[in-house]
Amino acid sequence: MHPAAMETTKRMKLRLLAIVAMAAMAPLASAQLRIDITKGVTDPIPLAIVPFASAAAPGGVDVAAVIQRDLDGSGRFRGMDRNALPARPTQASEVDAARWRSLGNDYVVVGRTVARSPAETTLAFDLVNVLNGQVLLTGTENVPTNLLRQGAHRVADRIYEKITGVRGAFATRIAYVSVDGQPPGQQYQLLIADADGENARIALKSGQPLMSPAWSADGQWLAYVSFEGRASAIYVQRWRTGERRQVSARAGVNGAPSFSPDGKRLALTLSGNTGNLDVYVLDLATQALTRITEDPAIDTEAAWSPDGQTLYFTSDRGGGPQVYAAEPRAGSRARRITFGANYAARPRVAPDGKSLAVVTQDAGGFKVGVVDLASGQVTSLSRGTLDESPSFAPNGAALIYAGRERGQGMLATVSVDGLVTQRLKADQGEVREPVWGPFAN
Amino acid sequence: MREPQLNPRLLVMLVSVVLLGCGSNKSQDDAAAEQAAVPPTDPGAESFGVATVDAGQGTTGRGALGPDGPLGSQRVIYFDYDSSDIRKEYAEVVAAHGKFLSSNVNVRVRLEGHGDERGSREYNIGLAERRAQTVRRALALQGVQDSQVATVSYGEERPAAVGSDENAYSKNRRVEIVYIN
Repeated sequence: MHPAAMETTKRMKLRLLAIVAMAAMAPLASAQLRIDITKGVTDPIPLAIVPFASAAAPGGVDVAAVIQRDLDGSGRFRGMDRNALPARPTQASEVDAARWRSLGNDYVVVGRTVARSPAETTLAFDLVNVLNGQVLLTGTENVPTNLLRQGAHRVADRIYEKITGVRGAFATRIAYVSVDGQPPGQQYQLLIADADGENARIALKSGQPLMSPAWSADGQWLAYVSFEGRASAIYVQRWRTGERRQVSARAGVNGAPSFSPDGKRLALTLSGNTGNLDVYVLDLATQALTRITEDPAIDTEAAWSPDGQTLYFTSDRGGGPQVYAAEPRAGSRARRITFGANYAARPRVAPDGKSLAVVTQDAGGFKVGVVDLASGQVTSLSRGTLDESPSFAPNGAALIYAGRERGQGMLATVSVDGLVTQRLKADQGEVREPVWGPFAN
Repeated sequence: MREPQLNPRLLVMLVSVVLLGCGSNKSQDDAAAEQAAVPPTDPGAESFGVATVDAGQGTTGRGALGPDGPLGSQRVIYFDYDSSDIRKEYAEVVAAHGKFLSSNVNVRVRLEGHGDERGSREYNIGLAERRAQTVRRALALQGVQDSQVATVSYGEERPAAVGSDENAYSKNRRVEIVYIN
């Protein structure tokens, strides 16, 4: 095609996409995920979460049930069966501590939903330590009434943090890819859901592969690879509006995008015409491209350290794939990070910068594992045979990853100590490449 | 090297989606119909934009060489596990394409590299790109011009066969030679 004609069609395509995004603002749910806790700690903290009082259940959301599912799903808590609740108090003053304690509870959560206006609701809650009768926490969350689930997740976050000392990550989101249909007519979707798998919305659909979604640190953008032009290209998309921008469609491979912590740069993999994959850094404002690695091996899957000073990446320069580190500047010398594992690829850095999540391999197949950066030691955390794509929860307490079970793709989470696992299964199609988004501010 | 052609189906589809979005008439287009049929399960919830791109049904060879043509049935080269070497049995196939292309310099091909599902996805993009490059070099040895050949690596993203066994894997580790004019 003539270059000028090509430009015109490209522009036309972009404009049409913008129109589609506007026309399709109504959210669509698909590939809804279902949680299934498969393994928990042997000694979870017992607590009771009493149904919240409200004139009418706004939007049909059972706030207490959402909170209980969050806390149970962490594996650190065991919520009392609702049918066994001895009473339905809605304020701390109504909680008979001795009675709840005698039924084996350490804590009781009570609360109310109050309509501030037709559009806004306040969730008010109390967390009572029934071992000593002390009110540990009294709080409120104001939310738009149509986002009541978000409010419930925030309440769960505050209860989780008060009791465990670790910030909760229930009011966060995940992005993932779903695939429907049989080859060669498969349809690909990029979806965003709440961390509990609810509220799945389609951010992009395509008849060509979509892969490698990555969040910006502010949670506003997703970068991903799309093959919609019959070749790989990297896009960034503001997911709330659907606004998208192509940032790399160079010859050969355009892959593995990763936002720098300040959101100004994108690490990515390019091959050029020669087919040699190397890691680069693209300045999103100036388009300046810096080559980070220069090696005939496959160098790809770069991830930034939280301080932005180090890029971890996969390279098979030593034979099989292992994780290496380099500084994000031209001419940086790469040093090997992982030893002692047959396969260590696709690093993602823990929020504290002290460990990496990787794909590793043992006699039983591919697992997700954690690399302790102080020792370089790789520990497998999962038990599947085709586990991949691990990413840390923003509080560092768990990983989400993709696996296969009886030929079906599924997502799963595992706590970083390997003790707690849960599955998120799609009711239709394949799900893969989950990425846990940052804390919402 | 990139083939920046716009899929005409794409435009048709986009236009029909836009029309549907405006509450307009019916469309035969599957993707558009699908989009319109998805129920808004939680209408009050936070909304965000949905972009729809390419509704293509996969890549098929077309143009100069029809499916019944002399090279029509031999357009896929299969590879061993973790290997980008062209197996002996495919040397003749590659040579035949090379010979055809070198004597038809206005004909272009896209070499689509693929791998099986084991291991990480972007690393597999690298492995499949190596396979496509091996075939590109083999064609070059037959005198095929660089400008006649584009490569694209799909890694494990476009399997030919579904399944987590060697039978499926062996069908998925491949390079497809796609004639694009």
